[in-house]
Amino acid sequence: MPNPASCRYARTHEWAWSSESDGLVWVGLSDHAQKEIGDIVFVDTPKIGSKVSAGQAVGVVESVKAAFDIYAPVAGEVAAVNVEIAKDPALPNRSPYDEGWLFKLKPSDPAQMKKLLDQAAYEAFLKTDAAAHAGH
Amino acid sequence: MMDSAAVLRETPLVARHKALGAKMVDFHGWTLPIYYSGILAEHETVRRACGLFDVSHMAQIEVSGPDAVAFWQNLIPTDVAKLRPGKAVYTHLLNERGGIVDDLIVSGLALDRTFAVVNAATTEKDWTWIEAHRGKLRVDLRRRSPERGIIAVQGPNSRALLAKEQGLEAVSRMGRFEAWEGRVFGTDLFVSTTGYTGEEGFEIMAPAPDLPRIWDALLDRGAALGVKPCGLGARDTLRLEAGYLLYGQDADDDHSSLEAGYGWLVDWDKGEFIGKEALMRQKKEGLARKLYGLRLKEAGIPRAGAAVSIGGRAAGSLTSAGFSPTLKAGIGLGYLDRPGLKPGDAAAVDIRGRSAAAEIVKLPFYSHA
Repeated sequence: MPNPASCRYARTHEWAWSSESDGLVWVGLSDHAQKEIGDIVFVDTPKIGSKVSAGQAVGVVESVKAAFDIYAPVAGEVAAVNVEIAKDPALPNRSPYDEGWLFKLKPSDPAQMKKLLDQAAYEAFLKTDAAAHAGH
Repeated sequence: MMDSAAVLRETPLVARHKALGAKMVDFHGWTLPIYYSGILAEHETVRRACGLFDVSHMAQIEVSGPDAVAFWQNLIPTDVAKLRPGKAVYTHLLNERGGIVDDLIVSGLALDRTFAVVNAATTEKDWTWIEAHRGKLRVDLRRRSPERGIIAVQGPNSRALLAKEQGLEAVSRMGRFEAWEGRVFGTDLFVSTTGYTGEEGFEIMAPAPDLPRIWDALLDRGAALGVKPCGLGARDTLRLEAGYLLYGQDADDDHSSLEAGYGWLVDWDKGEFIGKEALMRQKKEGLARKLYGLRLKEAGIPRAGAAVSIGGRAAGSLTSAGFSPTLKAGIGLGYLDRPGLKPGDAAAVDIRGRSAAAEIVKLPFYSHA
């Protein structure tokens, strides 16, 4: 399963994790993002089979406060979405790196993962001003 | 985002909020907690137990003197006969067009002394308005804030909480919209049975230096009653469910009390008041638009500003909207230019370009048992 150290991160606060078992890139919200977003009450996930490019807005997370776009961290085809979230939208709050994953991509260019931040770089990014204004 | 150049005003409880781990936001120039643990949990606390809110940003104005009551008679559409000592009224300040200058609660303290609580964002505008209309009346207008702060105690356990405090036993049994003045917690308190949550509750006004002590005592004594601090986030979801107006969103200078659905606070037989002619004209000619409650019939969260259509034609937009934690559905308020709509009538709400099915519902969205 993904964990904070094994994930890579987009500057828009999604994590991406390459699963060796299914060859897919799992995508979710970083712990920082879910805390900033607050109580999640609705998630609009992308459609299975849709083709997305890196950085494309593919869904929306709604909290009590506001709506936040979700961006695809890498390009690919949506292979799965987390149907449990429809029943329990707070899953990404409770378990951001595990049960709260949002969708899985069949990557069109696995090398794009290298362009994402590793945990240390993401944490350093969070300390910068840019993080407060980017994405979420 | 806050303007880094602006210095935010702090309430007497700011250190308490920070110590409790609150997430603070800039609210009309004040730094205030948006939540401590989370908006949903705090919403639930108020619906099921009792929440404490710091609403010290709201302005308090005392109007005293022999003409204090006559002064209000001209400024509000509500008959000041209802402003007897010990009574409080929710009402509107109106302009000549019947538009809402602000919404406020006025309490009667004595035959020659009244007390008003107005919105933070409109404080200076209200002050200018009421000063301009004092005329030759023998009234003394006095700002009582920020020298005094306000703690709102809201929820089904609020009576039990106040009953624990020696000196507040009788206050804890007061009916809705009553007001009381006296000494408790070793200081001068003013308490009204009012609020902005749709639950039973109290608003306690006290000198700023005493407020932290009162806050601590209420939290401490309320632990067994499930009393918890609650922020502006829950205050907004609670008031929206209760169908209360948020000034600047659901009410403004260009919309009248009648259009806002608050015709019940207009006492037509009371005599003259500012805006009466305009309201009478609206009543006679019929309203061109009206504030309605809408509830989504599918998943999704509507937001303020969303366009609303009826029968495929634009009808207006939402002024406040969001997720109702109690109903577990998207709800919203909005002015629609279809005055005759009835509960159950179909509407469509734009959610980021998608048309979501909704229906007109009776307000409030929620009322306590």
